[in-house]
Amino acid sequence: MTVLLSLIIGLALFFAIGIASRAALRSAAPAHHKPMFRDMPLTASFGLAVILFYVVVAILAPAIAPFGEGEVLGAQYLPWESPYYLGTDKLGRDMLTRLIYGARNTVGIAFATTALAFVLGSLLGIWAALVGGKPDQFLSRFVDALMAIPALIFSLLLLTIFGTSVLTLILVIAAVDATRVYRLARSVAQGIVVMDYIEAARLRGEGMWHLIRREILPNAMAPLVAEFGLRFCFVFLSISALSFLGLGIKPPTADWGSMVRENATLITFGDITPLLPAGAIALLTVAVNFVVDWQLHRASGLKE
Amino acid sequence: MDKQVLLTIKGLKIEGRSGDAWHPIVKGVDLTLNKGEVLGLIGESGAGKSTIGLAAMGFARDGCRISGGTIDFDGIDLRAAPEATRRGLRGKRIAYVAQSAAASFNPAHKLIDQYSEGPVIHGVMPREKAEADAIELYRRMQLPNPEEIGFRYPHQVSGGQLQRAMTAMAMACRPDLIIFDEPTTALDVTTQIEVLHAIRDIVEQFGTAAIYITHDLAVVAQMADRIKILLRGDEIEESDTRSMLAAPKEDYTKSLWAVRSFVRAEQPPATGTPVVSVRNVTAGYGAIDILKDISFDIHARRTVAVVGESGSGKSTAARVITGLLPPRQGQVLFNGKPLPPSFKSRSREELRQCQMIYQMADTALNPKLRLRELIGRPAEMYLGLKGKALETRINDLLTLIELEPAKYIDRLPGELSGGQKQRIGIARALAAEPKLIICDEVTSALDQIVQEGILKLLDRLQSELNLAYMFITHDLATVKSIADEVVVMQRGLVVERGPKSDLFAAPQQDYTNLLLSSVPEMDPDWLARLLAARGVRA
Amino acid sequence: MNAIWRMIVHRLLLGVLTLFIISVVIFGATELLPGDLARELLGQSATEETLAALREQLGLNDSAPVRYWNWLTGVLQGDFGVSMATQKPISELVGARLGNTLFLALYAAAMSVPLSLLLGILAALWRNTIFDRASNALALTAISFPEFFVAYILILYLAQSGLFPSLVRITAATTFGDMLYMCFLPSLTLTMVVTAHMMRMTRAAIINLLASPYIEMSRLKGMSPMRVVVRHAVPNALAPIINVVALNLAYLITGVVVVEVVFVYPGLGQLMIDAVTNRDIAVVQAIALIFASAYVLLNLIADVLSTITNPRLMHRR
Repeated sequence: MTVLLSLIIGLALFFAIGIASRAALRSAAPAHHKPMFRDMPLTASFGLAVILFYVVVAILAPAIAPFGEGEVLGAQYLPWESPYYLGTDKLGRDMLTRLIYGARNTVGIAFATTALAFVLGSLLGIWAALVGGKPDQFLSRFVDALMAIPALIFSLLLLTIFGTSVLTLILVIAAVDATRVYRLARSVAQGIVVMDYIEAARLRGEGMWHLIRREILPNAMAPLVAEFGLRFCFVFLSISALSFLGLGIKPPTADWGSMVRENATLITFGDITPLLPAGAIALLTVAVNFVVDWQLHRASGLKE
Repeated sequence: MDKQVLLTIKGLKIEGRSGDAWHPIVKGVDLTLNKGEVLGLIGESGAGKSTIGLAAMGFARDGCRISGGTIDFDGIDLRAAPEATRRGLRGKRIAYVAQSAAASFNPAHKLIDQYSEGPVIHGVMPREKAEADAIELYRRMQLPNPEEIGFRYPHQVSGGQLQRAMTAMAMACRPDLIIFDEPTTALDVTTQIEVLHAIRDIVEQFGTAAIYITHDLAVVAQMADRIKILLRGDEIEESDTRSMLAAPKEDYTKSLWAVRSFVRAEQPPATGTPVVSVRNVTAGYGAIDILKDISFDIHARRTVAVVGESGSGKSTAARVITGLLPPRQGQVLFNGKPLPPSFKSRSREELRQCQMIYQMADTALNPKLRLRELIGRPAEMYLGLKGKALETRINDLLTLIELEPAKYIDRLPGELSGGQKQRIGIARALAAEPKLIICDEVTSALDQIVQEGILKLLDRLQSELNLAYMFITHDLATVKSIADEVVVMQRGLVVERGPKSDLFAAPQQDYTNLLLSSVPEMDPDWLARLLAARGVRA
Repeated sequence: MNAIWRMIVHRLLLGVLTLFIISVVIFGATELLPGDLARELLGQSATEETLAALREQLGLNDSAPVRYWNWLTGVLQGDFGVSMATQKPISELVGARLGNTLFLALYAAAMSVPLSLLLGILAALWRNTIFDRASNALALTAISFPEFFVAYILILYLAQSGLFPSLVRITAATTFGDMLYMCFLPSLTLTMVVTAHMMRMTRAAIINLLASPYIEMSRLKGMSPMRVVVRHAVPNALAPIINVVALNLAYLITGVVVVEVVFVYPGLGQLMIDAVTNRDIAVVQAIALIFASAYVLLNLIADVLSTITNPRLMHRR
């Protein structure tokens, strides 16, 4: 019964948020972007609204959180009652406060990691496609071999060696993820490099940096932006998984993955509190995926 | 004419979708076809001719919809009939032959399996019978090894043979009507003859009615009893083939006929040091030689047309000159001095002297750059122009190619028509102030009237700016209108070279002769005459 | 046929080369550490004696190539060295757990592969219908869920009511049937995550082909939509579909780690997490190598299969 009820409430919320945000976007969008939002699916407008909400929460975290991030307030596992609206955790810290700070920590770290992976992977990938020949072969074979070690496994190996601080976490995940970005950027760039306008630019005697900056990047932007969304989801899930395994972001920093881990025992008593941070992760990933899917669909639709 | 009517289309309207708006593609076309009759549909790209052809099968591509009119096929209303009825007709009573047979055969199945699929599914005949029938039809289509060829996969068969196998497949259920959608456009001229012959033969043998769609007037003249001319979704005129060719009524039709009238004035023989001299060049990829010991010269103010069918090596010759493909042997001289083999080791000045214009303006212009940068970049790089001087130069170049600077300078290539894009390609080449421009099939992706404009522009620029042109093309009509000298290539060899007038008047080599005689002429009896001359049963 | 064999041999050699590079990376990663590995592992408070002992045990006194050679020759004979934390031979620790993990992965694969291929083909056939949109939105949602979220939801709804156990205990008396029952929730978790991926990619691979001229041709020959998809699109989509399946089976390996932890399943993933926590490098290296080999093997099989299904490669001119 509760399953059915929560399903109905969830769907109703989904449609309400989706429709409201689509209406808002349509009226707020500048004139030349209007057509883009007109046939936007509900999933995408819902996704945009959710992403916006997360960003606002992350930025304003200290202002809206009722308590301090690491403040121990009372007994452990208090029920959902005022002033602890979502109860307290294993150490007696306010669950709601930690959820709000988690938006800042978890999402921020995932975003920084993705950005790093992206700059590294896409520049190398485009460079390899442009240079071709031996350097490309060598680099690509090496990346292929690295990619044959599953991402999580490779991250675990590197974390064993370098230890588990936040900085190593960012560097390790970014390095592992850059291989995936490299692959995509290279294949997108390979499609562009065979175009006559690249041949024309080469015959003109243009240098490498001009070719990348003016001739390739503007044409590779659309798939790369979509990939950024997908990669963010992947990185975000990886970091959460590592935190959940106790190898990622460590307490007392509020982080959704480790919050699930710390409070997991409650599940066996039928208490859904530990599912809240897990749900927060899932909701953001769903939202990003919905928006990316819409953009990819648009890009493929425009080609036809 | 007491023939039975097979197909009647009245007031046909078809719309296509872009984004969420529908715009008209076909704007109310009527069409009547009698049993056993061949109707030619003629038009340039965007005329809606393929769309009409498909509508005759009650079919609209994804993103298109039939929005008005009636389609009556032998008493069946194709618009009102349920999808199952339409499906029952397709392949059985109305068949389709597509432009590219190589892409339209399923790569995963053998030819004969694809042949027998229609007859078996439509319940016309069992599989064994269909296969025997296929072999018989392959024989009639004069395919080599008819017993064996059906058991090959599409990629194992050449383009011309596939096109014939596809016509055989269309015949499988002995349909009343076949739609031929540009069946020979993708083929070389010498192959085209064989396919045209085979198609005409089989249509006559079975008395099948056909709609023959093409943009090539000379081809349709051989195939059709009647011709209908279309322009942007509207009918211009229709009449039987001979009177249409003899006396076109409408201005548009006349302009189509007149299109090949531009001929460049005869030039005196060139003297002095050639701008570019290709000396005994052998080049290729991997272990294969694509060019075998070729030589030719190009002089200033002269146009050398390099002619050949696909695979003859004409584009490879251009890649050797530009330095994209360093030759294995031989060299390229520029004003008498050897050029470094690879473009990477050439100086900026050497790169500037030789510019290229490409076949597909769509892929030759970076879609994300505005015309200002597209044209301005070479002037900035090579000539060091900046600020005001650069702006003036870009404006001059746009004026030179007959585009209004103020209106176009900040546009993206996507906001231009095909002909305008090609003009930007020309302007970009001119911006470098080169001595030689290589034109690689620059007109073959354009409609005939637009081609004419581009050729005239190139001709005018040549005399104004003292340019040398290397003109790569497979289209002999283009050669006739713009070339001074012709280089004929076949399988990596220069077969023949000389002044245009000599070559067309008295070709010395068999291959040149074959190539020249294979170009269709606008005479309904041309194919029959040619086949008779070649000693083939017509 | 000769060309095919040459191709397969070529792929095999490439696979061996990849494995070699992987082994160098896995072993060589420890060399990237700026300081002394022994000190890094034991911390600042370690005495000189314990450090020296650890260096001796890890063979740190030899040069890197020598150590790599010793490690590699050992691995090739099934000897991965000794676990630092438990002082037991690693091959002993890994042995039984490898079987358990394989069982879980195969169980999930057996459920997810047929299901996702069927759903993917149906979504392609009924594209742009309610079914397609709903399954697409559902699949996206499933992809977005962290494995532990899916696992806990399943536990909350299916284990709380006592339908299925939330913990997996394997003893000598456990039968195959018991295994299927006990492992249902873990493999259902994996299935849900992987099916969504495979279904979406299968659909995309088929829809990609539906714009081809030969598909239009088959429609113009009067073939039914079902026949168009099954007979004309699917055979040409086999290669991408096979690769999708291989990719996702490989993904199961990653998923297995988290799922094993949630369900306290005695597999390789659980062992690896313990080893990472204890910084038991030799164990982590061994398991990473096993997982990577499985991945390479899967890709190799996919490569060979998609070669065989490609008529252009099977039937040369």
